[in-house]
Amino acid sequence: MSRAPILHGRIQRVRHGRQTVLSDVDLRIEPACWTAIVGPNGAGKSTLLRCLAGLQPMAGEVSLGGSPIGAWPGRERGRTLAWLGQAEQGADDLRASDVVMLGRLPHQPWLAPPSPADHAAVERAMLATQSWAWRERPMGQLSGGERQRVLLARALAVEADVLLMDEPLSHLDPPHQADWLQIVRELVAAGRTVVSVLHELNVALMADRLVVMQQGRVLHHGPCDDPLCHDAVREVFEQRVRLHQLDGQWVALPVL
Amino acid sequence: MNRRGWGLGLVLIALTALAGVLALAVGSTGWSGPQAWGADPLAWQIAWEVRAPRSMGAWLAGALLALSGALAQGVFRNPLADPYLLGSSSGAALGVAACLAWLGVGPASADVWVRLGVSGAAFMGSVMAVALTLVLARGVQHTLRLLLAGVVVGVVLGALSALTMLMVPDITRAMQAFMLGTTGFIGWPAVGTMAPVLVVCLLLALGGSRALDAMSLGDAAASSLGVSVTWARWVLVLVLSAATGTAVAQAGLISFVGLVAPHLVRSVVSVTHGALMVLSCLAGGLLLLLADVLARWLIAPQELPVGVLTAVLGGSYLLWRMNRSSGGLT
Repeated sequence: MSRAPILHGRIQRVRHGRQTVLSDVDLRIEPACWTAIVGPNGAGKSTLLRCLAGLQPMAGEVSLGGSPIGAWPGRERGRTLAWLGQAEQGADDLRASDVVMLGRLPHQPWLAPPSPADHAAVERAMLATQSWAWRERPMGQLSGGERQRVLLARALAVEADVLLMDEPLSHLDPPHQADWLQIVRELVAAGRTVVSVLHELNVALMADRLVVMQQGRVLHHGPCDDPLCHDAVREVFEQRVRLHQLDGQWVALPVL
Repeated sequence: MNRRGWGLGLVLIALTALAGVLALAVGSTGWSGPQAWGADPLAWQIAWEVRAPRSMGAWLAGALLALSGALAQGVFRNPLADPYLLGSSSGAALGVAACLAWLGVGPASADVWVRLGVSGAAFMGSVMAVALTLVLARGVQHTLRLLLAGVVVGVVLGALSALTMLMVPDITRAMQAFMLGTTGFIGWPAVGTMAPVLVVCLLLALGGSRALDAMSLGDAAASSLGVSVTWARWVLVLVLSAATGTAVAQAGLISFVGLVAPHLVRSVVSVTHGALMVLSCLAGGLLLLLADVLARWLIAPQELPVGVLTAVLGGSYLLWRMNRSSGGLT
């Protein structure tokens, strides 16, 4: 018997202007599990993630922990579900540690200064993403990869049960992509739920479950090692990727 | 606030104290320092009844404009945003133009305008212009639409002010004084108006400063952190409008202080919006106070419009910053 989903999206339609970017999606996200969303450009991956976070106006409903996400009080939802957007910009004048401290906003009473627990959570998150060394530097002076690690730390500092990340690996070099994988594995082992939109197919194939999208619809949702899942991946990428097993891990290679 | 922020704050307070003493001693009648105040009752009277309210008023107007500038740059996530972005300057100018024009029409209409006063007309004009901008932008949800509506309102109301001056040429000189900005008419009642407005606006702005920090990462990130973005933006836009309207009503259209003061602070320290607002108030107040002293001293016994000085000094500073940082202003 399958577990009750921590997130359940029943999305009839999402439109950007006259264009329908998402339709007829019924997606259950299992708790304590890493789900990766993949698909070609324009498949609706980021829109789906925004819907699941309750950040996207839509026809349909998303429930978090069994309750409609819109019914959750903002701060309580903020403590339960953390969001990392695609290439978040701005905040150039804030120090890295100030940005990570923003992750503690849902935990802090209005106008109250950060507590020792907040400072400890910020330190943990920045150490985990190896960004503690430049905590005093303004965001505007960081490289793309450094900046991404600070933003990831900001999302981790929320210490939420559910973490949604849109292209979290952008700007990260392979060693830091490996660090990110390690963080995700630790979160899942601790009972947290992670959902990430990924362009890096090889990393996505390491997830527990894969959501394969095409033209605003979910084509397949299942375990990553499921042959049906691999068929779906090949289909949405027009048979231009080949999947191989290497040291027990599935990898995707482009077909020339 | 971090250690550098505290340091900058203390430096600004010390400089403000020095500038305050200077502002009490310098005037169109020449230099009359603390020694003269004890010996000469007239010197004391001039220092207390003319220079003190004027200097405090200049500081308060500068602080209000700087607070508005810091808010505008935060709300619109644009380092070039200034307090007059939502059309408040054009609205205030039109309010003053209407007031001055109608004063000369007849006793019945003049009575209304006399009671309202030039300051009241400027404040009303400023507030109504911002209200018009908000209506045209259909609220505060879309900052780009808000910016465009502000530009449209500014251009249209500016044209109406020019038309009023064309039709009633007698008001041109008075309008020039208003549009160049002056601290010469600030007395204790104006100080009594601006001080509580600054306190209330600063407290409200500080209340929304964490929301502004979160909004600097984008609306989606802020919403995900439990911030009610639309509500926060409404409060902050209303606060910046009230602060701008109050400063403009008392001191006219003083340019560049609201734009430059937050830049000046950010060029020295990296701080959150809460600290930026406080430090910008201190920097803006100091800038306008120093400009006011210079305006009295440079061509004494005559005076320069203080707005001309802030424009020249502020513009030069921004040009210097622009050339210094190859990546442009931050």
